[in-house]
Order: sequence, then C-alpha cells, then structure tokens
Amino acid sequence: MSETISGEVHGSLKARRITGDVIAYIFLIVMSIIWLVPVVWVLAESFNKNTAAFTTTFFPTEYTFNNYVLLFTDTNVLNFGAMFLRTLIIAIVVCVISVFFVLSVAYCMSRLRFKMRRPFMNFALILGMFPGIMAVVAIYFILKAMGLTESSLGTMIGLIVVYSAGSGAGFYVMKGFMDTIPFSLDEAATLDGCTKWQVFTKVILPVTKPMVVYQAITAFLGPWLDFILARAICRTQENYTVALGLWQMLQKEYISRFYARFAAGAICVSIPIAILVIITQRLYQSSMGGAVKG
Amino acid sequence: MADVAVSANAKKRKPAKRKAGSVQSPYSLPTAFAKGDVFTRASAVVMGLGNIVRGQFVKGAIFLLIEATFIFLFIKNGIASLAGLGNLGPVTEQSQEWLCDGQPLADGQLVCPDGSNPVFENLPATNSVVVLLYGVAWVFIIGFFIVLWASAVKSAYKAQVLATKNGKPPTITEDFKDLFDNRVHNTLMSLPTLGIFVFTVLPLVFMMAMAFTSFDRNHNPAFNWAGFDNFATVFSRTGSIELGVNLGLFVRVLIWTLVWAFLATFLNFFLGMFMAMIILRKGVKAKGLWRACFSMSIAVPQFVSLLAINLMLQPQGIVNQTLQSWGWIDSALPFFTDQWWARSVVIIVNLWVGIPYTIMQITGILQNVPAEIYEASKIDGANGWQTYVNVTMPYIFFVMTPYLITTFTANVNNFNVIYLLSNGAPTPVGDSAGQTDLLITWLYKLTVDRYNYNVGAVIGILTFVVLAAVALITYRRSGSYQNEEGFR
Repeated sequence: MSETISGEVHGSLKARRITGDVIAYIFLIVMSIIWLVPVVWVLAESFNKNTAAFTTTFFPTEYTFNNYVLLFTDTNVLNFGAMFLRTLIIAIVVCVISVFFVLSVAYCMSRLRFKMRRPFMNFALILGMFPGIMAVVAIYFILKAMGLTESSLGTMIGLIVVYSAGSGAGFYVMKGFMDTIPFSLDEAATLDGCTKWQVFTKVILPVTKPMVVYQAITAFLGPWLDFILARAICRTQENYTVALGLWQMLQKEYISRFYARFAAGAICVSIPIAILVIITQRLYQSSMGGAVKG
Repeated sequence: MADVAVSANAKKRKPAKRKAGSVQSPYSLPTAFAKGDVFTRASAVVMGLGNIVRGQFVKGAIFLLIEATFIFLFIKNGIASLAGLGNLGPVTEQSQEWLCDGQPLADGQLVCPDGSNPVFENLPATNSVVVLLYGVAWVFIIGFFIVLWASAVKSAYKAQVLATKNGKPPTITEDFKDLFDNRVHNTLMSLPTLGIFVFTVLPLVFMMAMAFTSFDRNHNPAFNWAGFDNFATVFSRTGSIELGVNLGLFVRVLIWTLVWAFLATFLNFFLGMFMAMIILRKGVKAKGLWRACFSMSIAVPQFVSLLAINLMLQPQGIVNQTLQSWGWIDSALPFFTDQWWARSVVIIVNLWVGIPYTIMQITGILQNVPAEIYEASKIDGANGWQTYVNVTMPYIFFVMTPYLITTFTANVNNFNVIYLLSNGAPTPVGDSAGQTDLLITWLYKLTVDRYNYNVGAVIGILTFVVLAAVALITYRRSGSYQNEEGFR
C-alpha cells in the first residue's frame, strides 16, 4: 500500500518536473529568438549586396563581403579603421584605470572603517542623481582650458581622462559584492601578518574575480557606447570614436551610401565586446567554495 | 518553521553595530591648536614647519612647496578669477576700438605713446562662460588647499606628539609603509576622489550656477546673474514661449519620467531574475548556451542596437514591411507616431537592452549565496519555494538594493534609449518636449538645440531634486543601508 502511494507521488512529481522543463525550454527558445532577431538582422544586413537604405526583405537576396572591405579601405569620407583603433586604445586604458578605481574605492568602503566612509558613500549616492548630461558642456570647457581639445592625441587623452576620472563613484555594485565576503577571511589574513594592502591584493581581489570581470566589461563598454560626451568633445572627424562614426553613417547625407556599411561597422564593433562576454561566461563559477570552514 | 529558523540564524549572525562616525583620530584639528606647541601652531602659517623641526624633512618640504605654489598661483590668477564671479559679463556688446599694444588709446590722442600708429580692432564681448568656469574652479582649488592645510597642521601635531613619546617622529619610510597598511584608504581613495571632484562635481556646480544666470540664446556669450527668475519661468502657467518652458509641460514630462523609470527598473529586475532562475533550473541543460544567447545583445553596443531597432521600426522599416507582406496589417504600425505605442516601444526595447545585464548579475549573486544557509533551510525542512522566498529573495534584495536604486536613478537619467530610439517622438506641434521625452532629453534639447542653458540647468536641478527625494527615502529604509553588515 505505502509502496504504491510513494510510487504515485514519485510519478506525479516526475511528470510535473518534465512539464516544468518543457515550459522552461519553450520559454527560453521564444526569448532567445526575440533577443537574437535584431542581432541576426544586423549581421545579415552587413553582407547585403544591395546597399540601399530600407530593404524590403528580412534576409538579403544576395550576399557579399564587400561592405567590410569598403568599410576599412574607402577612407575618403569616413576613416572607420582609424576610429576603430582610437576607440580600442581609449577603451583598454579606461578599462584598466576604472577597474582599479572601482576596486580601490569598493575595498575601502566595504572592508575598512574610517571617518570619511559614510560621508563619501552618501556623497557618491547623491552625485549619481545629477543628470550627467548637465556636466557635458562644462567638461568640454575644462578640457579646453587644459589644452586637450586641439590635437588628435590630446582629444584621445582628454576622453580617457574624462571616462575614467569619475568612475570611482560607481563602486556600489562591487561594494555590495564585497560585503558578502566573510570578514573572517580578512581577520585570518591579518593574523597571518598581512598588511591591509596585502589583504586587498591577496585575499579580496582573487575572491572578487567574477565581479571584476563584470566591472571590466562595463568599463570597457563605456567608450564604445558613449555618444553624448564624445560628441561634445570630438568636434572634428579626425577625433571621432566609432560611436560617432556609426551615428554619422545614419545621417541623412550618408545613409543611402552607408546603410549596409553601418551594419558591417556594427558587427566589427561588436567583436571585441563578444570576446569579452565569452570570457565572462567562463569565469562564472563559485569562486569562494571552501574558503571558510565551520 | 523554516523561515523562523533561518531568520533567527541570520539575526544571531549580526555583529554588534559599529558606528562608522565614531572612528576618531586623536590628531584632530582642534586638538592640534589646543595642545600643539609653538611650532605646531606656526605650521598653520608656514606649512610643514612643525615637520621640519621634528626632523621630517621630506614631508615638511612637500608641505612647504604646496603652500608656495598655491600662493604664487593665487596671486597670479586666483584673485582675478574670483573677482570675475561678481559680475560675469562686464562687456555685453561687441565693440571696436583703437589699440596700442593691446592697450586702449588715451583720450584725445591720435598716435601711440611710442609714436607708432594705433590699430583698429574688434573687441569681443566678455565670454561669461569662461569667467564663470574659472571662478568656480578657483573656489574648488581653495577648498582643496584648505584640506591640505588642515592635514599639514594635523601632521605637525602628530609629529610633535610622537616625538615626545618615542624620542623621534616616524621616518619617511615608516610613513610610506603606513600608507599601505593602516592608512591604505588614503592611498586608494585619493586619485578616485580627485577625479570625481574635477570631472564630476566641478562641472555640476558650474552648470548649476548657470541656472541662476541669464545664459539663453539672446545672452550669449555675455550674461549676468539673474537670481531665481528662471525657476519662476518654469513654474509659471504661461511660461515663456521664447525659452520653451511652462508648468504644464514640466509636469507632463516629470510624470512620464517617473513612470518610465519605475517600469523600466522593476520590470527589468523581475523579468531578469525570472529568466536567470529558469536558466539555473536543475532540469535545464546547456546553461552556458542560453546565457550566451542572451548575452549577444550585450555584445552589440547599446547605441548600435538602438539605432538598428529604430531603423527596423520605421514606417518603411523591416518590421512593418514584413508584417505587411505577411498580410497581418494593412498600414504601418504607428511605432513612433502614436504616443502610447511610442511609450510602450521604449519600455520594451529598454527591457531588451537591460535584461541580459540583470541575468549576468543575478547569476553571479546566486552562485555566491553561502551554501550553509541553503543547508540550514534544507535541514529545517523548507521546500524549494520556501527556500526561494525566505533565503534567496532576501539575499538578492540585500545585495541588489543599492543596485536597484542606482538603476532607478540611471533610468531617470537614461538619455541613450530615449534619444537614440524615439528622440522624444511624437512631439506635439509647438512643444519643446515630445511625448516620450524624459527630463534629461528635454534638458538636452533645451540646451543643445535651443541654446537656452539657463532653463536647461533649472530642469537639471529639478531632476536632481526629484531623484534625491525618491531615492533617499527608499534607500534609508532599505535593509542594506540600515544594516550594512547583516549578511555576514
């Protein structure tokens, strides 16, 4: 008697689990399609032989690789290659600086106790509520006063400084993550004779790795995605970043000629980011298993 | 049962509340003046003197050098820059004048003092923007110097105390080592803080000052202080057609901004969490593949995908073309021409942009939930749902509350999605703000398109006031602020 009951319960549980799985899979498939359609469309459009704006079919009728070739070789109107390289350099430098800034501030806020801690946290919170656009005009004038708006190199340095300077205020997510690391790790390290700097580099940093990658990606993306600040600072086309270049391609005077090349450019810009995302996927793992025992 | 046990457990884990404000250094500025000897007090005038007297030559020299540089720069530029703040635009009109070596010709003279002919030149109107910027910058420099000055006095007092106690003050090597141990926060925080002040706070103060000036398209480049006139214009029912603002328009944009930010933040969070949990479900295989699918939209820069989606949703864009060719619709869907369509589109597209990030973060957090909490709830007999409601959700909320608040503020200030996707469309004829315009895009249109910097700055300040009110109330009530260390 009891055997059959448990068997039935077992069977209905199994059936429920299978239904749940099926629903989950259907849901995931539908969602993936929604997420992939715009990406696939851009990818398909980048190989479209018909370069006119607003094609009538979702997939191109004829394919070509020419859009990519023209994107980098036809430098008369828009030198996309130079813009790409410039943005890449800016993004790498900004990424390094701002990850360091965010980690430093987050470590101080999460693990150390000093007088200015609370005020700084409230201050950063309040600061984040000001609309950033407000500052754009002023930032241009500051850079101009520093002489960083004239030459191409100067603009690049200016952009790097501007993108990375304020990044320390964005420590909240990292701090929230560090707060979940047990304090006993720090105490153990201190007992073993670590200075606070060593606790930071040898204990906290390794544990924070997944979040560091997240931070690095967001920092790296900043310059690729930013459009407003770049537009205010880069006044001539020799200083443009890719975002401005791509935006330019969709303006009225350019769109008929650059429509397909815009898609090709978009794909090129996505490649470095895609690589980063793949790295992130690999790094996701429980990084702290067994660090603290009983 | 399970929840009682778990929460009791969580309560026991709370350490005694440490008050951050009570961390007091024994070397404060008042004690330095009260108990310091003559050299320490003299350090307030000659910075670094106290350090040099006690044998800390390098440290003292650095302080002295800072003071000398400051005084030199203050006399050279600072006084003039600060004086400029009083009257921003003394010369409001362009004018012409006879000049000798840049100096105006004396009255009644026809030739220069040295006998050469004077030159007829255009004198530009004062560039009040530059005057204002330099003035504000100097206020900041003085503030920064005062901080350094205070630390110099404190350092002198510290050297005095340690010299009497130990016979000699710490050497420069010891000081340096201390910067990587007990005072590592000074080392780590200095550069980020400096960056924030120069490139975030200074520009903001500068722009906020503009709200109190007459800097619109009729007063450019020379303008002057205007008090609260611009605030009065924004809050008056008739407003100003010239400046493009009135109370009705402001209220409309404000309400839409709040609705948008609320929907964008919470739909994003809950749907993202839902999807992350589905991927993490036990039965679902190929978790990496699914996450990769959703991460594809991260790989395409937001700004590119927004422009691409904008192209796809145009009246002759690919979506309308496809639907028409399938015979589902007769005429193009009014994606950006009907206000409710446009509003739904921006919210949905924003979900498309934001959810992958939420999935990534929540996955990271979920994998970091201490395993023993799960074990404890399992031993207490909690089923999957109970564990979720009583363990997982509080944990996610605890970690994510600051993130949610920052996302809310970021959405209020979400310029990209609106500007690149709908650009505020549809815009009623004659209005300066469209139906999907947020305060921030309205601000941008007022300043960049219409050159009315003063009302733009007013809108910026009001945006901040709204945000500060909403965020501070929620944040102060949230668990992660009141009980920062609750989950340790």
